[in-house]
Amino acid sequence: MVNDVTRIDTIAGNRTEAMKREADEPHSEVARFGAGKPLQLDAGVELSPFQIAYTTHGTLNAARSNAILICHALTGDQYVVGTHPVTGRPGWWENMVGAGKPIDTNRFFVICSNVLGGCMGTTGPASKNPANGEPYGLSLPVVTIPDMVRAQSMLLDHLGIEQLLCVTGGSMGAMQALQWAAAYPERVFAALPIAGAARHSAQNIAFHEVGRQAVMADPDWKGGIYFRDGSFPRRGLAVARMAAHITYLSDSALHRKFGRQLQDRSAITFGFDADFQVESYLRHQGSIFVERFDANSYLYITRAMDYFDLAADHGGVLANAFKKTKTRFCLVSFTSDWLFPTAEARQIVHALNAASASVSFAEIETDKGHDAFLLDEPELFDIVRGFLNSAARARGVA
Amino acid sequence: MLAREDTPVSTAQHGTRVDLVVVADMVKPDSRVLDVGSGDGELLRLLAETRGVDGRGIEISREGVNRCVAKGLAVIQGDADIDLADYPDDAFDYVILSQTLQATRRPRWVLEQMLRIGRNAIVSFPNFGHWKIRLEILMRGRMPVTENLPESWYETPNIHFCTIRDFVELTRKLDVRMDRAVAFNSSGRPVRLNAPWWFWNMFGEQAVFLLSRKN
Repeated sequence: MVNDVTRIDTIAGNRTEAMKREADEPHSEVARFGAGKPLQLDAGVELSPFQIAYTTHGTLNAARSNAILICHALTGDQYVVGTHPVTGRPGWWENMVGAGKPIDTNRFFVICSNVLGGCMGTTGPASKNPANGEPYGLSLPVVTIPDMVRAQSMLLDHLGIEQLLCVTGGSMGAMQALQWAAAYPERVFAALPIAGAARHSAQNIAFHEVGRQAVMADPDWKGGIYFRDGSFPRRGLAVARMAAHITYLSDSALHRKFGRQLQDRSAITFGFDADFQVESYLRHQGSIFVERFDANSYLYITRAMDYFDLAADHGGVLANAFKKTKTRFCLVSFTSDWLFPTAEARQIVHALNAASASVSFAEIETDKGHDAFLLDEPELFDIVRGFLNSAARARGVA
Repeated sequence: MLAREDTPVSTAQHGTRVDLVVVADMVKPDSRVLDVGSGDGELLRLLAETRGVDGRGIEISREGVNRCVAKGLAVIQGDADIDLADYPDDAFDYVILSQTLQATRRPRWVLEQMLRIGRNAIVSFPNFGHWKIRLEILMRGRMPVTENLPESWYETPNIHFCTIRDFVELTRKLDVRMDRAVAFNSSGRPVRLNAPWWFWNMFGEQAVFLLSRKN
């Protein structure tokens, strides 16, 4: 584990210019939607112009029937595989996506786009507002999960894809997959939400609120207009990330990885340095995060998750969101995930059963917590492979 | 009245369990099927391959579910004793309980739910009235451990064993129609058609019933 960070307020201050450029001129493909194609937001306003940054992998077949949309989680982006342009690290789902992998790019055409509100090239608070040439900051309307999905549907129109073979994603990506199936059932042949929920729980909203308050309490946040003087609320955002990171793991995973082991020392120091490895690890996570993520984006996207409540959008009955659906569903949860516990997945399964939908549901035993969906989980790979194979067979995809 | 059958059980699929073949033979092609207690998905796969059904399953064990889903079968992790209540009326043409009745906590409730969710129910179970089992209890005074029922009493998930006669009695109480019935021995040979119930109950090692609602 790399770590030379001892105090959060000493986190290095050279946030790269590259990062800022990505918000408007990303390395990936970009679809730009001009004045004629505004995005209708749930907040009741139109966003125009706007853009969506995305990557594709594999080849779209002649029937245009082999497209799989991957929706990323809170702090993910469109770089699902391949080298990340800012961090230089591999994509966030390399073990799941690629040639011969469960989401096999030899067979399927994979699309992954940066979400609305993001900071890697899709319009978000770090993007330049064409009205005044400076980043939107908090002047961007608050966006929702349905807004993100509506934007993605416009990307599919742009790409000429009528129907997705499958829409999938973990965590917030699962929320988008569910929203896709509810809002555009005819465009979704199969949906594979992993470690997600049909609504954000009170506990999860509470965690997000802690993160947002940490960002906003940082004097460098400056009411969200930190970009004017080149400052950045790195301490606040790092603390938000540290707190959130704990929720992505589990008690037993933390214990297995770190226990009470000390960091580069043989005894406790009777001070507030990172004596323990777990402290050092969290500080490291916080420090690398602020180099690749925008603080206002963090506020917007956490808010979008908080607002998500699929049942509330359908008269309070979740089953109504899936009435007469022909989409085949596969839900996956993890035993040690306390952010999106199995009970959340089960509620969706109950609703899908009540709607007579085709549904598979598997709970995978692991101590890796919520992050298990990103990690090496052979059982998850088998399930994804099996589900996609059967969907492809039913859809007539070779 | 009851149409008991003595047509030889087809064993076209090499290696497929005989009771599953009997069950599959009772399912009309292209129907909607819920398999309660899917195990590792052998029956659902057989039904999909030979009957072209739109099949779903519930399975209580996590390992079983994960194996089913990896095979591309629409199976959810759940408990028949609880989760059948979530399904709407008439959602399926057939609800199948294959070798699972004896492991449910509320067999009667489960049967009622099956015939609410589906127009037809197919139930297969090991006959606890078979002569080998009777002999085991009579001669050895021990809970029987047989080829079909290999677990000891303290390890078995089977908590509600019944005999063919017990089951027939329950279907009368529930006021359902018995459309077909097959009893067979361990080699898959059906018990003689015209034999009286006591004979079935004595010589059928397993039984499969096709039930439907009376109205």
